[in-house]
Amino acid sequence: MLWQVLRMAAGGLAANKVRSALTMLGVLIGVAAVILLLAVGNGSSQAVKDSITSLGTNSLTVSSSGGGFGARSSGASTTKQLTLKDAKALATSEDAPDIKSVAPVVSSSGTAVYQGTEYTVNSIIGTYPAYFETTNSRVAKGDYFSNDDVLNARKVAVIGSTTAQELFGTVDPVDKTVVIGGTPFTVRGVLAEKGSTGVNDADDVVIAPLPTVQNAFTGFGSLNQIVVQARSADVTSAAQSEITQVLMGTHGIKDSSSVDFRVSSQESLLSARQSTDKTFTVLLGAVAAISLLVGGIGITNIMLVTVTERTREIGIRKAIGAPKGVILGQFLAESTLLSVLGAGLGVLVGVVGSHFTIVGIKPVIIPESVAGAFGIAVAIGLFFGSYPANRAASLRPIEALRHE
Amino acid sequence: MSPRLPVARRLTRQVRPVPAEAAGSPSRTVPVISVRGVRKSYGVGEAAVHALRGPDDPAGGGPLGVSVDVEQGDFVAVMGSSGSGKSTLMNILGCLDVPTSGRYLLDGIDVGHLDEHQLSLVRNRKIGFIFQSFNLVPRTTALAQVELPLAYAGVRAAERRRRAVAALSMVGLGDRLDHRPNELSGGQQQRVAVARALVTSPAMLLADEPTGNLDSRSTDEVLAMVDRLNAAGRTVVLITHEDEVARHAKRVLRLVDGRIVSDVRQGPVAGPPPVFAGAEPVVGAVASGGGR
Repeated sequence: MLWQVLRMAAGGLAANKVRSALTMLGVLIGVAAVILLLAVGNGSSQAVKDSITSLGTNSLTVSSSGGGFGARSSGASTTKQLTLKDAKALATSEDAPDIKSVAPVVSSSGTAVYQGTEYTVNSIIGTYPAYFETTNSRVAKGDYFSNDDVLNARKVAVIGSTTAQELFGTVDPVDKTVVIGGTPFTVRGVLAEKGSTGVNDADDVVIAPLPTVQNAFTGFGSLNQIVVQARSADVTSAAQSEITQVLMGTHGIKDSSSVDFRVSSQESLLSARQSTDKTFTVLLGAVAAISLLVGGIGITNIMLVTVTERTREIGIRKAIGAPKGVILGQFLAESTLLSVLGAGLGVLVGVVGSHFTIVGIKPVIIPESVAGAFGIAVAIGLFFGSYPANRAASLRPIEALRHE
Repeated sequence: MSPRLPVARRLTRQVRPVPAEAAGSPSRTVPVISVRGVRKSYGVGEAAVHALRGPDDPAGGGPLGVSVDVEQGDFVAVMGSSGSGKSTLMNILGCLDVPTSGRYLLDGIDVGHLDEHQLSLVRNRKIGFIFQSFNLVPRTTALAQVELPLAYAGVRAAERRRRAVAALSMVGLGDRLDHRPNELSGGQQQRVAVARALVTSPAMLLADEPTGNLDSRSTDEVLAMVDRLNAAGRTVVLITHEDEVARHAKRVLRLVDGRIVSDVRQGPVAGPPPVFAGAEPVVGAVASGGGR
């Protein structure tokens, strides 16, 4: 019996192929949009998560909150900048068992030249070798610079993949000499690709020993950042408070509410980005859901037309004894079949479409969204089909038969 | 159903036609159709149009409604020009429409007291329709077409198919089972409709101008089929405006302006239809009370 109802419904839909196809298209677009847009939202948050993870989940960044509200409320005349002394205090402190390594960071930017090719490097970082491990930066070619290079302030550098590409093209940059801001640097290694974290290209970078960069660009003043690596991802918050304690000591601050530095973990960055992305995903989903709703209204519309068109047929069926329920079932079956087929194709399009990169984001399908969109589409077919079906079933046989 | 029901019943008893030929018929059995004071009007008040009115109340009241009985195995032709109310009568007899007032017993069941679901059951089990415009379900094969009423009756697929094939073979379309309406000629379509009408073995066959859209050869075929069905004992009510068609009936009712003006018996209720019996219509047999 069910098979027969389905066959009848398929026959009814096949009678108006173009119309059925267009109605299905409405549902298809709705379902595909829900799946794809949610996948794009999810993909973007996944990408952010990945790139932040790639920066090291157990790394903490200490930066000066110079000029911030902390300085003013403390009543101090000046904010103490971070210095190499702070970094050393962190590295040698007995009270900080969760700190694994410390890397002071100065950064600058400048123009690099290699055999006539000029390129403005986004960031030139002067630091210690610990920086590489802490920030999860691995070399793909060549080697890191060593502590020995730092101690001797050698003019060596490890460059990011974007920088290597821009300056050297296909040439292997290892052991070549590149002139940055008038200082010749020997390239020791090239970092593996990290990908972009939003605005900044993490691969557009030159990393050199701290004293070398201070000597060539920033001078031997304050540090921009101190990058600290915790012993594991689980103890980052413990490490965070240890850093605060140590730096309050070196900066001579008694009140923890008036510190003149900021310790941020990648985790806090991550959660901030993720909440932004969640909003983004929800908005995308809402837009898609509206298009699904519009698809559902399309079903109602087309089923109403179908009922009007087939009034006479309904009359005939009633005359030969079709009960109300059968007519209702037939038209409900048709509208549900429309939505099921449309939703099925929509899932297909959504899944296939998510294999392509959309606006630079690799979509990652949320399995629940597939099941959800399909289910909602079918429910919409039932819901929006019930009005026309009920209208068909309630027709009086004599009026239906007289209908031309 | 109607406040004037008892009055209508009493009056119709008086005017009930008892043809001489039918005297020997089994009058003990319940008539297949028993219509009592049925009126059908459209609109209200002064503007009301009475499609079926029957005789006016001699006491000066309104119309009393149409009353008529049809015995089991009879073959009744209802004649009348367009607008005479014959289609309205047919719709009421077929339970497609409800009368404004009056009582209609079909096979002993008071149809007026049935709800919609029960009405659909009555249409399915008791009545086989044959329409002027065939009224086949579009895009459906002849076999599925004939299976349809059985499907609505809840007959199992195998049984359904067996009976549908038998019915189609009976009307000579055993080799056209998979043809759709648009692949069949008018005559063939009407024969499918006949097969569909009789497949449920209904108490009565209702034919509304079954030959109105057919050429003469198909007309003869379809009428011969109806004759055979009646000869086999099926009650037939046939609506027509052609005398040629009415000639096949055992009894002819004429409607004018919603009233039965004549009720002529052309052959006995029991026995074959007049064409088979070779009997000429009995001219001026009995005048109906409906035409007073």
